[in-house]
Amino acid sequence: MGLIEGRFEKNAATDAVDAILGLGRKYSLWPVAYGLACCAIEMIHTMASRYDLARFGAEVFRPSPRQADVMIVAGTLTHKMAPILRRLYDQMPEPKFVIAMGGCATAGGPFRTYSVVQGVDLIVPVDVYLEGCPPRPENLIKAFMLLQDKVQKMTIAKDPASAGEKGPSPARITAEGEVVQR
Amino acid sequence: MITPRKDVGEFLPPALEAKFPGGVLEVLRSRGELYLRIASASLLDVCLYLRDEERWGFDFLALVSGVDWLGKEPRFEVVYHLRSLRNNLRVGLKVDVPDETVALPSVSGIWKTADWLEREVFDLFGIRFTDHPDLRRIMMPDDWEGHPYRKDYPLEGRG
Repeated sequence: MGLIEGRFEKNAATDAVDAILGLGRKYSLWPVAYGLACCAIEMIHTMASRYDLARFGAEVFRPSPRQADVMIVAGTLTHKMAPILRRLYDQMPEPKFVIAMGGCATAGGPFRTYSVVQGVDLIVPVDVYLEGCPPRPENLIKAFMLLQDKVQKMTIAKDPASAGEKGPSPARITAEGEVVQR
Repeated sequence: MITPRKDVGEFLPPALEAKFPGGVLEVLRSRGELYLRIASASLLDVCLYLRDEERWGFDFLALVSGVDWLGKEPRFEVVYHLRSLRNNLRVGLKVDVPDETVALPSVSGIWKTADWLEREVFDLFGIRFTDHPDLRRIMMPDDWEGHPYRKDYPLEGRG
């Protein structure tokens, strides 16, 4: 929680601050590198020259959660790894976002077994679910664009509708690239 | 002194049977590999002999695997896959374990690598090893209940 969030009714001043804050935030989403399995390879080359995530201001993959805004959970989360994911998420500064990349992070994927967490939303709140095994880089970029829209819609004003400051509900991107709002 | 590989299948079983009467329960051959079923009482002696005898020199414990023969007696089996890097030889030792109340002697004093390999078998099958320096879980979380590689463990977990 910052100093000005939730203190004023919606007015022209909060709208202006929202616009500027959103602009700054959405073009500097720094992901924390959280590659767990094969999805990490797609995540890495989404960042590299061919797909060039830098065009969206999100090329700075941080090895430390304290310098990151968005966590891309790329891969299969096991029960042994789950406490570590939660700790890293807790160490990220607010506002923070989570992209569940791929079938495993979304719902356990093909691994309906004792050792795999059946979706990272059991551990951390997820903003964008990304289908695919693994998702194509274009879809990861789409997830980022969706997240940017969401960041731009965040407001500092008192607003019961978006209480919890996270804005709209989670979205899902299918393997074909269609966006489904939950 | 190099022992040709075919000599293992030919000379190792009689040599062991002569050295440890009643120690070798069964000689199994499969696709050029030799497996010996060993009585658990003479496991440590057989392992020491195989490691230290110049002719065999099994200086490398490549793998310890567990097997769950659910519905058969004895239920569990532990297989020690031995390699001799010096003489380029391979042999497998099979030991029967009736149930989890029976512990096998740990071979971690003979091959140090058995420390982690036996922890893995303990973690996933619940087979115990006496005189193991640090017998605790290695794969599953420390607070896990049950042993997931057992055939009667539900694949989707108990949760």
